[in-house]
Parts: sequence; structure tokens; C-alpha cells
Amino acid sequence: MTALLAKRRHPLAAVVVMAVALAALAALYAAFSPSSQASTTSAQSTQIEEGKQLFLVGCSSCHGINAEGVIRDDGTVLGPSLIGVGAAAVDFQVGTGRMPMARTDVQAPRKTEAYTDEQVAALAAYVASLAPGPAIPEPEQYDPELGDIARGGDLYRTNCAQCHNTTGQGGALTLGKYAPKLTGVEPVHIYEAMLTGPQSMPVFSDEVLTSDDKRDIIAFLKNVQSEPNPGGFGIGRIGPVSEGLWVWLIGLGALIGAAAWIGARSS
Amino acid sequence: MTTHSSEIEPAAQGGDPLPDPGLPPHTPRLTDTDTKAAKRAERQIGVMFGIAALGSIGFVAAYLALPLDGDLGRLQLSNILLGLGLGASLLLLGLGAVQWAKKLMPDVEMVQQRHPLESPPEDRQAAVAAFEAGAEESGIGRRPLIRNSLLGAAALLPLPVLFFLGDMGPINPNPALVRSTTIWTRGTRVVNDVTFTPIRPEDLQVGQLVNAMPESYEEIPEEDAAERLTTRAYSSVLVIRLEPGEFEVPPGREGWDVDGILCYSKICTHVGCPISLYEQQTHNMLCPCHQSTFALSQAGKVVFGPAKRPLPQLPLEVDAEGYLAAQGDFTEPVGPSYWERAKYIRTEPA
Repeated sequence: MTALLAKRRHPLAAVVVMAVALAALAALYAAFSPSSQASTTSAQSTQIEEGKQLFLVGCSSCHGINAEGVIRDDGTVLGPSLIGVGAAAVDFQVGTGRMPMARTDVQAPRKTEAYTDEQVAALAAYVASLAPGPAIPEPEQYDPELGDIARGGDLYRTNCAQCHNTTGQGGALTLGKYAPKLTGVEPVHIYEAMLTGPQSMPVFSDEVLTSDDKRDIIAFLKNVQSEPNPGGFGIGRIGPVSEGLWVWLIGLGALIGAAAWIGARSS
Repeated sequence: MTTHSSEIEPAAQGGDPLPDPGLPPHTPRLTDTDTKAAKRAERQIGVMFGIAALGSIGFVAAYLALPLDGDLGRLQLSNILLGLGLGASLLLLGLGAVQWAKKLMPDVEMVQQRHPLESPPEDRQAAVAAFEAGAEESGIGRRPLIRNSLLGAAALLPLPVLFFLGDMGPINPNPALVRSTTIWTRGTRVVNDVTFTPIRPEDLQVGQLVNAMPESYEEIPEEDAAERLTTRAYSSVLVIRLEPGEFEVPPGREGWDVDGILCYSKICTHVGCPISLYEQQTHNMLCPCHQSTFALSQAGKVVFGPAKRPLPQLPLEVDAEGYLAAQGDFTEPVGPSYWERAKYIRTEPA
């Protein structure tokens, strides 16, 4: 002990202490770092495994055991392949309740979600693990507060209004298909729909309609939907069509009813 | 014929085959016989008029209680209340009046005598005499030159109208009024509408839709708004991407696509509405105006609706810098048909 105390003034003492300290730090790093990496990877693989189990139970009957899609004997598609559709498509389809479908139909309608947020995330992680595809966008990509409403309106009227109506009230397509209403849709889901082109909707990829463009469109939609109806009742907010419908069906119908009542003989 | 006419003879002899049945016997209403029912009807009518009065008061109250200060939410409430108040007032006044007439006012059948409506004979004779005197004084019968030249002038009056109409048709086409081409030329880049950013083919996914414009549209000065609008109305296009092999390539259109990227005019061939309702699974493009449907996987063929011609296709290429560009103009005029359209159909992209 005295020998050690005597050696602490040795010129090399500081070097030795530093070397020992570095070695201890390296040992500590070696002890903790790989284990934390391992836990992240295992958490991811657990999520993918959980997603796979959910997929096998809820989705595989139409989309195939390995998500490769199912084609009926007559050549029509029962469920398309999900390889390469990405996490964004799963988050949109399952997160808005469109999938799983209640029955085979021309179009999957928006309905109450069947899975919790964690389960949706697990399904998305599983499908994303099959092949690269569009990822779920980051919150700042779709935050309506950050968008330019006027520019979004220009982009919306050029790219979206033809099907979804000037204020996002939706509209008809062919053979029972339709463009759904956009009121009350989460910004992230609007973004994902543009990114992935679900069902009849075409794709608007980030390279062509950029992330900023999409955020502006979302800002415009959220703005028009929060506008009051200064004229009184909104009657669907689809413009002259619904107003005409009111005049022709309800207005004229009431007038015909009144005329019949006036002409009927009192008992 | 004769046998049939003899069959109906007996009925015709009596004059009117369907004698006037006269009025049905009058039946009194419940309110005519039952004083309690009459009293009830009276109260109903009173309540109706009372609600009408409340409606008017409600209108005034809403008007005073909700002064407009630029708040749109308050404006909405104000409009609803004013409308309901005035509406209730007018509607209930009318309903009360009708109910009054139906339940309480006399409803016995009355006969109103109607006589032919004509002027007395002396007035009619005076009118004829005045007309004849006028004709005599004008001398139209005695001066055939005036009469015939008037008839001739009147007969030629429709001719200018016919020439006006001729401008619309094949008789006298004015080439200056016909736009048979667009501003697309060889090498014109296809750019996004609104943002005017150029497009790389590798950025387009299968199922993609781009509402696009020619890059040269940006060069038209902002002050020339009319020219910008007209150019937009002719040169707007749609760019889509299909799987190669998923679409038909008609003879003469080989090499018009870039790896499945196709470009069509956005202007409907029916009456010229801009169309871009695209169903990416069926590859159908619908027109919102009259539901014309074009199959873009079959060279823009019309599969439904009133349009008679397929959508014109714009041949695409990739320019030296790797962006999508046109090989030339459309080979036919875009938009709705017109008489001399066939003269402007070209065989090669100009």
C-alpha cells in the first residue's frame, strides 16, 4: 500500500490511470451497448412476428398466407398481393377501417377500425418487412398548421377536386364505385392515400406531388372543412347540385302536396 | 263503315251521347253539423295565425339580438333564425287561410254563368272599317312598285343571318378562328400543373396520375390572361403509368409511350370539359359533365357516354436531361368536333 502511494508521483502514473479508466469505459460500453441493440432488434422482430400472426388470422384468407395475393379460378382478384405496398398502405387501409372488408364488394367503405393502433403498427411492420414500400409519413409532413392553404387549394382543385368535389364531399365513379368524403379523415390518412393510391384512386408519388404539396393540400382541406356555412344550412356543401335537389324534390314535392291538400274536399 | 255508323245511330239521335250528370248532391262537412268540430277548427286556425305572428316577432328578435359583426358563425345562426321566422310566418298564414276556407267558409256548390267573350258587333265593324280605310289611304293596292319592293326586301332579310350561321359551318370556314394545333412541339417538356416542375419517368409509379401542362405555357405573359386561358383549354394533358403490356398500342402509335407512361389530352371530345376522374384499377377516365368514359388502356376508346371520338394521345419521349417531353403536337385537333375538323388530322406528330 505504501509502495503504491509512493508510486503515485511516478511520471507514468497519469498514463496508467488513464489507460485503466479507458479500459473500464470500454468494458462498460461493451457490456451495455450490444444488449441495447439486441433489444431494439428483438422488439422489431417481435412486432413483425405479432403482425404476421395478426395477418394470418385476419388477412390471409383473401391476401394469401404469404401476402402474395389470391386470384380466383375465373381470373378475378380476391385480394391483391401486398408485397411492396409498404407500411403506408397498411396504415391507411386498416387504420381507416377499410380493411378487413366486411364482404367482397366493388369498394371497401370507411368504417370503425377493427384493430388497435398497436395492432395496426404490427401489421404495417410485417407488410413493410416483406419488401420495400412507402413508409408511414412523419408528423411534420402532414401537419396542416405548417401548410400553405392558398397553394394547397390550387393543387387540390387541379389534382383532387374532379373526384372528391371542390370541398372534399366526394362523388360518384363508375359501376357503384365512388370517391369518398374527405371530412373527418386524419391528415396522416389523407397523406397515405395520395402516396399509395388505394382502390380506384391513382397514385400521387412524393417525387411528383412533393411532401410539401401534400401538406398544403391537407391544410386546404382542413381549412375548408372548418369554415362555417354563412348561408344557413349547409345541405351537404356540394354546391348547386344539392341546392337544386332540394328545390326540385323537397320544394316542389311540398308544393304538390300543398296543392293536393288545398284541392281535397274537407270531410 | 256504313254498318258501323248504323250501330251508333240510336245514341247519336239523342244528341249528346253522354248526358250532363249534373252536380253531385251536397254533403255537409263535420264542421257544418257539429258545433264542437267547428269550434275546434276555429281554434286550429287561431293557433296557426298565432304561430305566424310569433314567427314575425321571432324574425325581429333575431334581427335585433344578432347584429352582424363579420363573424361567419353568427351570420350562419342569424340566417337560419331569420329564415325560420319569416318562413314560419308566411307558411302558417297560408296554412291558416286554407284551413279556414276548407273547414268554416261556405262550401255549397255555386253556378257561375259564362258567356262568350267578344266585342259588341258595332265595335267589330268599326275596327274592320278602320283597317280598310288605312289600307286604302296607304295605297298599297294601287302602287304595286312599293308593294313588290317591300316584299322583296323582307324576303332577303334572312340572308345575312344565313351567312352568320355559315361561319359556324363548312360553307365559309375562317382559318383564323380555328385552332387546329396546340403549343406542344417536339421537345416541349411535360410539367406538373400548378407547380410547373418537370417529371422524370422513373418517378412515376404504376397507377400514377399527373395533371400536366406544356412547359412553354409558363412563357405566355401573365397580362395576356385570355391567351393563357385559351392555351390552357387546348393543351392540358393527363399523364398516367400502366404496366407495360397492360395496354393496347394501335398501329402507328408504336413508341408513343415511355415504359408504359402514356399521355392523353385532358379535353373531352364531347363538349370540351376538362376530364381527370381516373380509376387506376380499370384505367377508365370519366368526364364529370356527361359521364363519357374513355378506356386509356385501349388508346382512349369511348366505352360509355355521349362522346364520339377517342381522347387524342400525345406521343412522349425522354429528353437529353432525362425529363418527359413531347415528340410533337397531337396528330388531330383536341376537344369537341367541328365541321372542318377532318381537314386538320395529321399522320405524324408535327
